[in-house]
Amino acid sequence: MHVILEQIINGLTIGSFYALIALGYSMVYGVLKLINFAHGDFFTLGSYLGYTVLVFGAALLTAHFGLWGALTAALIFAAVSLALVGLIVERLAYRPVYPAGRLPAVVSALGASIFLQNTIMVGWGPRFQAYPSELIPNVHLQIGGIHLSLLQILILVMSFLLMGLLYYIVQKTTFGAAIRATAHDRKTASLMGININKVILFIFTLGPALGAMTGIMVGMYYRQISFTMGWNYGLKAFTASVLGGIGNIPGAMIGGLILGVLEMLGAAYISAAWKDVFVFIILILVLIFRPTGILGEKVAEKV
Amino acid sequence: MAPLLNIEHLSISYGGIQAIKDVSIHLEQGEIVSVLGANGAGKSTLLQAVSGLVPISGGSVVFSSEVLNKVPAYEIVLKGISLSPEGRRVFPTLTVEENLNLGAYTRRKMRDEVRKAKDRVFSLFPILSERRKQLAGTLSGGEQQMLAIGRALMSTPRVLLLDEPSLGLAPILVKQIFDIIAEINAQGTSILLVEQNAHKALGIASRGYVLENGRIVASGPTSSLRSDEKIQEAYLGGAALRKKAAR
Ligand SMILES: Nc1ncnc2c1ncn2[C@@H]1O[C@H](COP(=O)(O)OP(=O)(O)O)[C@@H](O)[C@H]1O
Ligand SMILES: [Mg+2]
Repeated sequence: MHVILEQIINGLTIGSFYALIALGYSMVYGVLKLINFAHGDFFTLGSYLGYTVLVFGAALLTAHFGLWGALTAALIFAAVSLALVGLIVERLAYRPVYPAGRLPAVVSALGASIFLQNTIMVGWGPRFQAYPSELIPNVHLQIGGIHLSLLQILILVMSFLLMGLLYYIVQKTTFGAAIRATAHDRKTASLMGININKVILFIFTLGPALGAMTGIMVGMYYRQISFTMGWNYGLKAFTASVLGGIGNIPGAMIGGLILGVLEMLGAAYISAAWKDVFVFIILILVLIFRPTGILGEKVAEKV
Repeated sequence: MAPLLNIEHLSISYGGIQAIKDVSIHLEQGEIVSVLGANGAGKSTLLQAVSGLVPISGGSVVFSSEVLNKVPAYEIVLKGISLSPEGRRVFPTLTVEENLNLGAYTRRKMRDEVRKAKDRVFSLFPILSERRKQLAGTLSGGEQQMLAIGRALMSTPRVLLLDEPSLGLAPILVKQIFDIIAEINAQGTSILLVEQNAHKALGIASRGYVLENGRIVASGPTSSLRSDEKIQEAYLGGAALRKKAAR
């Protein structure tokens, strides 16, 4: 019983990574009907920027602001940098090709992804980088017989806070309603006085910023990062957003969490070696039997 | 004094096809003006051009002495012109209240004004108040039309553009909607109404225009339009009546 609970908590941890990345895919898809292939690389780049701050700035930052200050600095630096990168990529790679239709934008997204991935490889080298592991005290807790690390608790708390914040913005504020309206019908949204370009800029800052913070959490959780990890996480997060109903914000969160839990349970009870296969079996099954995902509306018609 | 809204020698084309040709229409403060026309005459194109949704290729749209030709759609509503589009176009996955809030998007910081506008909409359409937490997609056609008009009123426009508010509604609802349009006008909003339902549209307006293939072919006070034989023939069921008699 404890093993199952522990696996579920592990699943929720990686599921919250998928969920936070999936939000980026889903917001962009919702508004632009574009699969932003570069999003996984935003996540990777954020992870590397956080790595650099923590490795090279940790001593200095920790001396002045303490451990939590250093961590906060890394998170903020990565989030702000990626918000800027997101804006630049939208401006240079996507905006010029919107009028040409969807396919050129997808090709441009693939190009942006390859460009970012190679930039990371050139900047930090092709080998794995070891994330600083001594930052969070290696404390383990027993809660009702369940084994949890302090790091895992921090990751869960932060992920759920970020998801809660995004949920609040998108579902509860008028600006969030404007984003949902824009996703549904741009022309009519502009009649409301909504500047569609501002909505696009917003999702291209928020999505990458969330991805960057997730990149740092992933680095701290797995202790190593590589320049190609955006593909794997990106694909899983994309699966999560399809599972939840692409374009749907709560759907992306639920999809990510379910995917993480299924992956961990599959790894524990069927085969760890095959855990990635489950993810893609799920993707294929969803596409066959419920292409609209758990919470989505008619996506098939839009694509 | 210059008219509140003045459309002068307007031309619009889609690709190579001219949908609006040299159209001049004006709307005075406090008026209801109707534009009649069959399907494809260019009525929606006209309203969309005023709203900034389609680019203007010739002529001008002047509102309260300001040229609106190059103003983007999202700024038009801020100027005081609001469109209730053809086919209602409510946001189906948003609640009734969220739809209304978006109608006041440009004033979202002015909470008092938004609340006042909402009270006005709810007093015009009490059913919307009952359904405020419901998703707009679950409303009936008539209720969605009310929501579309209510949403357009949320910005407290000086000019309300209505694109076929009677489309697809049962006669009893059509009457109800037109009564409310008259009431909105009586409260001080000038209205440019586009309709295929000529009886209703001429009944409510002070003046009218007839649009055919993108051109104005007749215009004037509604009384003179109603007595015009050609208009009776084409728009007021003259031909249908005669066919019936012949049978
Ligand atoms: N987006 C568009 N692209 C190309 N042609 C259009 C478009 N919208 C309307 N048209 C054409 O313009 C003409 C006028 O259409 P419209 O303004 O919708 O007429 P109405 O509202 O009177 O039915 C029609 O011939 C229609 O086919
Ligand atoms: Mg029309």
